[in-house]
Amino acid sequence: MDFKLSKEQRDIIRAAAEFAKGEFTERALEFDRSETFDLDLWRAACELGFVGTFISEDYGGAGLGFFEHCLITEEFWAVDPGIGQAVLSTTFGAELIQLFASEEQKHTVLPALVEGQAIIATAITEPEAGSDTSRAASTAVKDGEGWVLNGSKIFTTNGTLAQWVLVFALTDPDNDNRHARHSFFLVPAGSEGLEANKLTGKLGIRASDTAELAFNEVKLDADALVGSEGQGFNQLMAFFNRTRLHICAQAVGLTRAALEESVRHVKGRVQFGQPLAQFQATQFKIAEMATNMRAARNLYYEAAWLVDQGKVDHGLIAMAKWFSAQNAVRAADEALQMHGGYGYFDEYRVQRLYRDAKILEIYEGTKEVEKIIVAGTVLG
Amino acid sequence: MDILVLVKNVPEVAEADLEIEDNQIDLEDLVMGINEWDNYAVEEAVRLAEASGGGVTVMTLGDEEAEDVLRRGLAMGAGRAMHLCDEEFEGSDPATLARAFAAAIGDESYDLILCGVQSSDLGQASTGVLLAQVLNLPFATMAIGIETGEAEITVTRELEANTSERVVLPLPALVTVQSGINQPRYVSIMGIRKVRKMTIGLFEADDLGLDEDQVGEEASQVAGRALALPEVGEGAEMLNGSLDEICGRAVEIIREKGGLS
Ligand SMILES: Cc1cc2nc3c(=O)[nH]c(=O)nc-3n(C[C@H](O)[C@H](O)[C@H](O)COP(=O)(O)OP(=O)(O)OC[C@H]3O[C@@H](n4cnc5c(N)ncnc54)[C@H](O)[C@@H]3O)c2cc1C
Repeated sequence: MDFKLSKEQRDIIRAAAEFAKGEFTERALEFDRSETFDLDLWRAACELGFVGTFISEDYGGAGLGFFEHCLITEEFWAVDPGIGQAVLSTTFGAELIQLFASEEQKHTVLPALVEGQAIIATAITEPEAGSDTSRAASTAVKDGEGWVLNGSKIFTTNGTLAQWVLVFALTDPDNDNRHARHSFFLVPAGSEGLEANKLTGKLGIRASDTAELAFNEVKLDADALVGSEGQGFNQLMAFFNRTRLHICAQAVGLTRAALEESVRHVKGRVQFGQPLAQFQATQFKIAEMATNMRAARNLYYEAAWLVDQGKVDHGLIAMAKWFSAQNAVRAADEALQMHGGYGYFDEYRVQRLYRDAKILEIYEGTKEVEKIIVAGTVLG
Repeated sequence: MDILVLVKNVPEVAEADLEIEDNQIDLEDLVMGINEWDNYAVEEAVRLAEASGGGVTVMTLGDEEAEDVLRRGLAMGAGRAMHLCDEEFEGSDPATLARAFAAAIGDESYDLILCGVQSSDLGQASTGVLLAQVLNLPFATMAIGIETGEAEITVTRELEANTSERVVLPLPALVTVQSGINQPRYVSIMGIRKVRKMTIGLFEADDLGLDEDQVGEEASQVAGRALALPEVGEGAEMLNGSLDEICGRAVEIIREKGGLS
């Protein structure tokens, strides 16, 4: 048992932190207020190799683990969640491509993501199918050699920016096994009949693009299918077992930011003749935040490390995702509380953290869904 | 152009609560990192070497952890790193350090040696120039620009009040680099991965041919005696009241101090 990060991992953390502090800090409020982003930041991150580090060297990546991707994610989110998400979500789908796609698909997509030439989106959620992904009703019907895609998707991250969208669609609606009805398709964004609209008015991570997609008789070549037909649901679970790790890192990064803001504020703010930090009520909040943050980090470190060792622990990943996300939401709440009225204004970073945190308990499995998974592994 | 850069691992103290133990800053909870000036020096060296061909070597003297700043230098583009690491070096004054660096350089010939103007922890601003003396090299300090010629360099030196001076030095030479001379690059993942395959030369005093009495406190003429944190003074005067009242009082104070006639 050795709890120490390697030198290389420590160097990665430092490099990611320096880049994020240097490039994100000044822009965060602007992007949050205007719900926009500057893709040059993403390109700069790609140039420095921060994007898609988990992608194998065979496809232009750094060949590092999901663990290292998590380390970068935590640092980016500790500086600004919105920008962190805008930059690092650009590979959301590469995990699935790497696991299941053909060599040709991998060579087409993965190097472009690493180099900052392209963005990929993954569209699972539909208006009528959220937590219950097996209800996704978009259809892909065989048409000669190829397929025809119809339906709609909602809340697709990078839906208007992506060059490729991985679409989860029904291919065998009548199969008795509801986990054998879907397949994934790699759909070029320029396809005729595909329309993407940016959704605005998000509570948090407002630098990140979210869109709704409509597919109207979109014609796909035979080789748009990813992996085997009917394997979509299983592929989706394997995909989430990678991407949820990244959400944990996002959560711990955000928690750290909340803790840092809190510590700075309570040391400086004087009420009743002493700094807030002198009150035990404040001290307990800080102690709880720090402890829960460490616990969340240890959970995800173990979960991510195991995945990189080739051992995917579905239950542990769900534990880490639920716990770290809930903890981030609570930490952001307490951080704002300690700031009093100041924290209610967007000039104070805690306000943004408070809003950014909530998504962690929703996307890639709500906390309820994560608990259902955990209970399933415990109760059998 | 072959360039040597001296780099130092220092505590980041800007926002830290400092504590002093045994006349030393307690480093326990402090984050360590490359001395700011040295970071500019590494960047300058890498740029000069990229432009002229040639290599960059980074060298540090410090404990095991100090290797971090060497790996950083390598990741930024240096090709080689030397780590002088030995408890015997503890307590060395700048002149003694300079002699240790000179011993490590030995008969290797560098066209240019770059150092930071000073280190943020001890602020002696003398190790570089003393090394130039030991090596008998021409030197220039406070560089905010370096241009290379055939067998010489032109250094722009920062002076007070926005003035600067240009000096010409024959090579080989030593230059101490001021912050702001360039915009240091970020360390990239590619740089970090490159370092994985490199080895860092480790040297003890012995390996440099230095005896016990040539290093550390024994060899030093200047010894540290006490280190103190500044006394906490009177707090600032907070002006309260309406905007008009605050402005009125502020004008009064400025006038009292002779700022307005
Ligand atoms: C900013 C943002 C980005 C997103 N990015 C993507 C993306 O890139 N791709 C994509 O496909 N999707 C994306 N999503 C969608 C996200 O994954 C879904 O919103 C999420 O899975 C929940 O689905 P839903 O919104 O339909 O909520 P619902 O499933 O309707 O859930 C509503 C509530 O009911 C609870 N609930 C549901 N079922 C149960 C149950 N069995 N037991 C107990 N409680 C239950 C849920 O936990 C939740 O609290 C994104 C969402 C947002 C907001």
